[in-house]
Amino acid sequence: MALDLLYFAWVREAVGTGQERVELPEGVTTISALVDWLAARGGGYAEAFAQPDRIRAAIDERFVPLDATIGSAREVALFPPVTGG
Amino acid sequence: MIDIRVQTEPFDPGAELGAIEGGGAGAVASFTGLVRSDDGVTTLELEHYPGMTEAALRDLAEQAVARWSLSAATIVHRVGPMAPGERIVFVGTAAPHRQAALDACSFLIDRLKTEAPFWKRETRGDEARWVDARTSDDAAAQRWR
Repeated sequence: MALDLLYFAWVREAVGTGQERVELPEGVTTISALVDWLAARGGGYAEAFAQPDRIRAAIDERFVPLDATIGSAREVALFPPVTGG
Repeated sequence: MIDIRVQTEPFDPGAELGAIEGGGAGAVASFTGLVRSDDGVTTLELEHYPGMTEAALRDLAEQAVARWSLSAATIVHRVGPMAPGERIVFVGTAAPHRQAALDACSFLIDRLKTEAPFWKRETRGDEARWVDARTSDDAAAQRWR
């Protein structure tokens, strides 16, 4: 199933794009597994996702913990801890 | 009355305050955040997650209106590049009495800092770096749980 991935801040810069569409392989069912799968691509992805504890996530515009199940999500965003205000 | 805006343009706190008076309010409180100019920052840039940002701010405002019986809550947050001294964020609350307006205003700015998808990047001369999240902000947000 196709999934839209969004990246923000230094995650976006390291990956080299703000948005892409991916086909998730079988077995990638949680945000954690997605982060590991992306890191395994190497290059900027490996750099962006080298420390999963520095990554925060949202599924369909709602914050979720890294162990959340992707399920039938249309959009997953990966980014650093927020720093607004 | 909830008013949420995420915009590149500057805003006028006076106009925002005037807009939330009325409707039976006896007290109006506000917070304005500015770009600090004391540590060599030449530009501050705000990135956000369009769509989710507005939804997250609206959700916080709805919680504040329900919890403190507010007659109005306004959140204006700028994005894009800003210079030291410029206003970044405005939170305004209107309630029957002062404590509700003040507490709701604190709640909104504390929770906004940890629950709305904004990211700050500071530039000092030629050097740019993403601002790290602060654990003191997490603690401030936590006290409203």
